Amino acid sequence: MAFGLGLLNGLKYTATRVFKTYVGDFKHLGRRYDDKLFKERQSVKGSGIFTVQYPEEKLPVPENFRVVPFLVYEPALDENGKPLIDPATGKEMIGKQKCTACGICSKVCPPQCIWIVRALTPEGKPKPQPAEFYIDIDICMNCGSCAEFCPFDSIKMDHVYELANYERHVSHIYDIGVLSKPASYHAKIHPTDWAAEEAERAAKEAKKK
Amino acid sequence: MSVTAPVAPPNTPNYNDPQIVAEQIKTKYPDAVESSSAQGIVVQSDQLREVARYLHDELAFDYLNNVTSVDWQDRFEVVYNLTSLERGGAPITLKVNAARENPSVPSLVPVFRGADFQEREVYDLMGIRFEGHPNLRRILLWDGFEGYPLRKDYKEPYYEEEKKPFGSRWDKGHHVIAEDRNPWHDNVQYPSNFDAVAYKPPRDQIQVIDAAQAAAMRLRTDKIVLNFGPQHPSTHGVLRLRVTLEGETVRGVEPIVGYLHRNHDKIGERNTFVGNMPYTDRLDYFTSMANNLAYALTVEKLLGIKPPERAEYIRVIMAELTRWQNHAVALGFIYNDLGAFYTPLIYAMEERELILDLFEATAGSRMMCNYMRFGGVARDVTDDFIAKCKYLVNERLPRRTDELEAYMVGNEIFHSRAKNIGVLPRDLAINYSTAGPVLRASGVKYDIRRAEPYSIYDRFDFEIPTGTTGDLYDRFIVRVAEMRESLKILKQALDQFPAGEIMTGKKNYQVRVPKGEAYGRGENPKGELGFYVVSDGTANPYRYHVRGPSFINLTALNDMCVGYKIADMIVILGSLDIVMGEVDR
Repeated sequence: MAFGLGLLNGLKYTATRVFKTYVGDFKHLGRRYDDKLFKERQSVKGSGIFTVQYPEEKLPVPENFRVVPFLVYEPALDENGKPLIDPATGKEMIGKQKCTACGICSKVCPPQCIWIVRALTPEGKPKPQPAEFYIDIDICMNCGSCAEFCPFDSIKMDHVYELANYERHVSHIYDIGVLSKPASYHAKIHPTDWAAEEAERAAKEAKKK
Repeated sequence: MSVTAPVAPPNTPNYNDPQIVAEQIKTKYPDAVESSSAQGIVVQSDQLREVARYLHDELAFDYLNNVTSVDWQDRFEVVYNLTSLERGGAPITLKVNAARENPSVPSLVPVFRGADFQEREVYDLMGIRFEGHPNLRRILLWDGFEGYPLRKDYKEPYYEEEKKPFGSRWDKGHHVIAEDRNPWHDNVQYPSNFDAVAYKPPRDQIQVIDAAQAAAMRLRTDKIVLNFGPQHPSTHGVLRLRVTLEGETVRGVEPIVGYLHRNHDKIGERNTFVGNMPYTDRLDYFTSMANNLAYALTVEKLLGIKPPERAEYIRVIMAELTRWQNHAVALGFIYNDLGAFYTPLIYAMEERELILDLFEATAGSRMMCNYMRFGGVARDVTDDFIAKCKYLVNERLPRRTDELEAYMVGNEIFHSRAKNIGVLPRDLAINYSTAGPVLRASGVKYDIRRAEPYSIYDRFDFEIPTGTTGDLYDRFIVRVAEMRESLKILKQALDQFPAGEIMTGKKNYQVRVPKGEAYGRGENPKGELGFYVVSDGTANPYRYHVRGPSFINLTALNDMCVGYKIADMIVILGSLDIVMGEVDR
């Protein structure tokens, strides 16, 4: 083969690529950030421009996605069985923490970033509830072991990944207030897991009866 | 040209059995063997080099997989793993004892040049001297470092307890900020009488050209010692190359590593077995799935369990997807180093992103997968995963591989830059313990997936691509060919993909591993990733050592670069495909 033909052949592919990106642009005409086209572009069958224009465009996170754990609580209910809303924060009020302070998450945590103080009864006996619960998110490696090994489904991995901050000593130590999120939030971000947990719980209760 | 294994004579003893090898050694060196068992052969320290040379020359143990050491508190033990590339099979273990005070053993560099960096690492971290080593200096830590961190009595900054989990975390775990937990309130310890301000690094480290080399210099020029890196983008991370130059010609390269050192081994020993899994992601962060697999295989060897069928298939699928994306990006990086800035690399990134999407949807994270478990995998794959994976494997990735080959391998400028550059001859490649595509490009038909099949690789039909000359071009096309072979394996695995369980036994957060030791390995995209694990029967490993293929491949860099131009050196380094997370550990 004559010198240079392989090179030209290679340029054919780059030229095709350039052309394809403009095809995408014409599809986009007038709509700079379009959800439908974005999804198409990012799928396994997508072609043309592949770049995500973050933060205008964001890739959807899959259900299994994991950053920094949170604690699941059952909300306090009113007489109609609806969760009570705390007027100050707009969050559902904490009825009962699912966490029993058994300490498995803090034992399995590879970088040891979970700190738990177990609650005591007035007589000074340990109570299955956390009095304090800290996660040092500077140390947390987002491995998800705590959520995986929790026997009570009370610690789960969050989907919030934009964690940048101006200060690291107070705001990067998540205490029980920051960590606690209602069960409805867990159900929203982990629909499949939630359904499986509910099914398991229903089966257990049916067995008890 | 591929090298085929010679047919063994019918009554050749089985040299994969350490007992038989020990008997063979005894016939030649009657006093050399202290004891032998299935775990390995303990050799007298003063006869180690003779025994190693005998094994190398006469029993064809031509490949030194791994050198490491164990601190048994009353003595040190240096552990060597040797394989015969022709025979294949599991490596045999050779051990030497060293005294607790001033430990020293003979160096094996005269026999296996691949021992060079590994012995320096053992000296650096464990403080065992290797007599006869040509350049015994610290390698991962700096010269002014005090102590030997892998010894059991060493306590690092931020030391809390011997083993995790730490008692302070539960059930009275009042949080303390990490800086306040450091008992020295400082990250650095200096030797006694050390003046950090007056410290000057020893000057004799700089390579000096000897008289013969100086006479051979054709240019009337001064020798220049150039420090290349550690922040230069072409060094693939924080690697420093001390290059001796004559004009533009390279006369010597010395890689200086350790900028990313965190003592993975020591962290591993403090950790539990389960807790080590996410740390293996951070070795070679391009191939976390394959790292997970090699570690899981090693611990499963000790536990004596096997994952269920479905989990085995998932593991193979993940490992092969990893290989494809790693090679695609590695080829892009080689082009980057050649001066074709970012176009091929970004093209390769596109498919890589799609593969990482699959990892993210299954394991939860794109790069730090933490996916394999002892006896299975963490989560089952969904039907959506299989559908997407099938489309990728059957349609998109083969198409992309063809495209990539057309615009990268066909390019004449690439031919002139890559052919006969950075040649690593076959015998040198073996002697330097290089692994993976670098070894195969030099014409050695050796792949652990075939030589010692792990997981279910023995069920798949695939070839081992090899090169002929061991130049840069070969290392490139071997990777392209391996991408095709990966797709072949993936196709078969997806066709046979069974239903069923993904985990053997119950999930346990503190797996107690039976007493014993194991060297497990996997064919990572970069080469042989090995784990040497010693368990004392608890939930924490007594010794945990990683054989990083990138680190050991770097040993051969000097010989590959000498005589070529400095611009070639950068591409040669790129063709080794190193990742600093694994080099520095």
